[in-house]
Amino acid sequence: MHELSIVSSIVDSVTETLAAYPGARVKEVRLRVGALASVIEDSLQFCYEIATRDTPLDGSALVVKVLPVRMHCDKCAEDVEIASLQSFRCPRCGEPLTDMRQGRELEIDSIEIDQVEENV
Amino acid sequence: MTTRIVELRQGILKKNDELARSLRAQFEASGVLVLNLVSSPGTGKTEFLQRTLRELINSGAKAAALVGDLETDNDARRLAASGAPVRQINTHGICHLEAEMIAKHLDGWKLAELDYLFIENVGNLVCPSSYDLGEKIRVALLSVTEGEDKPLKYPTLYNSADVAVITKIDIAQAVGFDRDAALRNIAEIRPGVRIFETSAKTGAGMAEWLAYLAQQRSAK
Ligand SMILES: Nc1nc2c(ncn2[C@@H]2O[C@H](COP(=O)(O)OP(=O)(O)OP(=O)(O)O)[C@@H](O)[C@H]2O)c(=O)[nH]1
Ligand SMILES: [Mg+2]
Ligand SMILES: [Zn+2]
Repeated sequence: MHELSIVSSIVDSVTETLAAYPGARVKEVRLRVGALASVIEDSLQFCYEIATRDTPLDGSALVVKVLPVRMHCDKCAEDVEIASLQSFRCPRCGEPLTDMRQGRELEIDSIEIDQVEENV
Repeated sequence: MTTRIVELRQGILKKNDELARSLRAQFEASGVLVLNLVSSPGTGKTEFLQRTLRELINSGAKAAALVGDLETDNDARRLAASGAPVRQINTHGICHLEAEMIAKHLDGWKLAELDYLFIENVGNLVCPSSYDLGEKIRVALLSVTEGEDKPLKYPTLYNSADVAVITKIDIAQAVGFDRDAALRNIAEIRPGVRIFETSAKTGAGMAEWLAYLAQQRSAK
């Protein structure tokens, strides 16, 4: 299980970003995670709660968007979504596929923050 | 109070990826072929690697190895019996190797004098696949004793392989290994990947594997 180290990197990156928004509170952290990224969402959520305690991310929600595996099929000359992770074949023509275009992402997409308005 | 969205669009393992990229550049500049061996615990990585190192050294090649385990230096001692320089990386609870651990343990080794550097990852079918170590070739191993459907159960790992090695074929018959199913399952997850069928005990399949290594090295 490496979800804890992944969550720690998330906390670090978000904390760094927050430096530019003094006093801001984090409401949501949104991830983009490929279906082949080998992280388990339940473990992420579990670790997130623990790792964000007493940090500026405390109490925020972790929203995980799972990206399906997309491969390029030469025969069909386009990108296709494989039907299952147990078969890397084109769902249309049956061709074995090796050219992955999406599926291993492990990214912070964005964060939603609440900012107290400054009195001018 | 205002709510705003701040775009980050940032890789979570960015630090590891960047370090791995710089390691890869360093390996390429030194002309050393680097391989990362991944599989479940007990597949036979150490045994296979020990035989590989011994045969490479006997043929006059210069090969070294890094080996990752949670604890103990048992595997490093086994590998060192081949005569190759070997270093143990103890991860103390971390279930995979990271680029930073590799960088740290290369200290003092002259990469330019090496032909091959093997990295035996921690035995784990999930976590190592997320961490680039700067290797040129990722080797996924599967033993005849662990079930022909392993590749289907762990597609994240087997799909990331550049080459696959089936180990312990000397006991294939005794354990009722279904060779066709294993080959088919690997090909289903990683179409076209080259598959070696080996035994570290008898040496079966090692000649083909060593020829592949030599060819990969000269192709650089
Ligand atoms: N019969 C047979 N047994 C083997 C072979 N290769 C390894 N073994 C045995 O399988 C067991 C595990 O082998 P290791 O090489 O330690 O496996 P490993 O993948 O390095 O294990 P970890 O480092 O713990 O992940 C040992 O008892 C080996 O003797 C082989 O080719 N044939
Ligand atoms: Mg071992
Ligand atoms: Zn197609």
